[in-house]
Amino acid sequence: MLDVTGLTAAYGPVRALDGVDLHVEAGSITAVLGANGAGKTTLLRAISGMLRPRAGSVRLAGRDVTGRAPEDLVRRGVSHVPEGRGVIVELTVDENLRLGGLWRRDRGWLRDGPARMYELFPPLAARRSRRAETLSGGERQMLAIARSLMSKPTLLLLDEPSLGLAPRTTAEIVATLLQLRDDTGLTLLLVEQNAQTALSVADRAVVLNLGRKVEDDTADRLAADDRVRHAYLGL
Amino acid sequence: MLRFLDLTLAGLTSGAVYAAIALALVLIWRSTRIVNFAQGGMLMITTFIAYTVISHGGSYWLALVVAVLSGFVLGGVVERVLIRPVEKRPPLDAVVVTFGLLVLLQGLAGMIFGGTPRSYPPAFSIIGFRAGDHRLLFAPNDLWVVLVVCGVMVLLAVVFRWTSLGLRMRASAFAPEVSRLLGVRVGRMLTVGWALAAAVGALAGVLIAPSTFVSPTAFDAFLVFGFTAAVIGGLDSPPGALVGGVGLGLALSYVSGYIGSDVVALGALVVLIAVLMVRPRGLFGSPVGRRV
Repeated sequence: MLDVTGLTAAYGPVRALDGVDLHVEAGSITAVLGANGAGKTTLLRAISGMLRPRAGSVRLAGRDVTGRAPEDLVRRGVSHVPEGRGVIVELTVDENLRLGGLWRRDRGWLRDGPARMYELFPPLAARRSRRAETLSGGERQMLAIARSLMSKPTLLLLDEPSLGLAPRTTAEIVATLLQLRDDTGLTLLLVEQNAQTALSVADRAVVLNLGRKVEDDTADRLAADDRVRHAYLGL
Repeated sequence: MLRFLDLTLAGLTSGAVYAAIALALVLIWRSTRIVNFAQGGMLMITTFIAYTVISHGGSYWLALVVAVLSGFVLGGVVERVLIRPVEKRPPLDAVVVTFGLLVLLQGLAGMIFGGTPRSYPPAFSIIGFRAGDHRLLFAPNDLWVVLVVCGVMVLLAVVFRWTSLGLRMRASAFAPEVSRLLGVRVGRMLTVGWALAAAVGALAGVLIAPSTFVSPTAFDAFLVFGFTAAVIGGLDSPPGALVGGVGLGLALSYVSGYIGSDVVALGALVVLIAVLMVRPRGLFGSPVGRRV
């Protein structure tokens, strides 16, 4: 589904990502782990088109999409939930949701989609006409994910969905995502600092360190590997 | 009492015009964080185009439509060609570009149309309505001006609030990066924003024209007051532009009527300073930081 080869990206002279390879199977959950500054967010930004890579390629279902603009990649099924959630606080919950599905130009979906999202994330339903700035951290994360789902993505990029959330909220969100994967075959690429949560839901995981990929294995094996746990995951 | 009524009505008319100019500035500030100093030049050019239509036998209404359409096109072209390259650069670059454009447009207008002021016909009679045996300082044409500006305000509010184009434009203004991730073509929204703003400006130009003359520099004073109104309103808010414009129009009308017409500009300064002392971000301005 997603093939990343030799991806290199930099902010000015600072190289944040250095020749990273990544293969993601359709319908799988892949976790990207690593410490602060390891290049996890940069990897997502380079895949979703927010950052133009210096070298390497991103292929989506066999098609080269390297350096495409984010608004084009959304139309190819990639949806990126940015770090810090990126909910537009000046808009209402409903407007945020509609915005996520607008590019599809599908009136029926713009009517039914939000209702479907309120089923998936019930806490949002009660606040549909409130401005998003009134939402709690967990509700904002739900809204950001729901808004991405409004574009009916095939590949969802999630940046730190558990950041600053209560464990229970995180568990609810994770459960919803797992259900979605099972129902719709959604593919997930998940960046997390919370390695334990991520490894418990992921099929595969890669570990980044200073912009390079240092581990790439099934989540079970990585979780069981003491050396990896101590060196990179702080477990 | 009658004098007060007269001054209020006159202030309402000029306030509506300031509000329209302020709205043109606010629309651009909201979406690109640029103060469009060329707005005066742009609406001067479109008013000259309208004048040309009329002097070739076209009707007032045809000229109005042509002015608004050419404003729309001019705004879009200016954004694409001149503003796009400086959008991501330090704010001063955009200031220099818009100032340069103002000088360029005024120079061009002088070359093409000459410096002689031309008079522009009003849409309706400029003889005041009758109240008893008194003629009010408010004519059918003034009513037209006020109604048009109100209509444009309502129309834009509806577009921004209730249409998907408006939703995309608001999202692009608030959070351009996130909007792109959601598939919004933000660049296109900025172009549309500039085009809409310039169309509103062009409309204001045609509304002002009968009360002044059409010449390369005739609209400068209106721009200063329009800008003042936008700052009073908060520079960020379309309702602020309306309140700032009408408020300023009324204040200046009273100053001119009760104190003297030669201190009007000073009055504008006093109003501006008074508002900014009480509310440094303007009446409807948003706080400095954006909470996310």
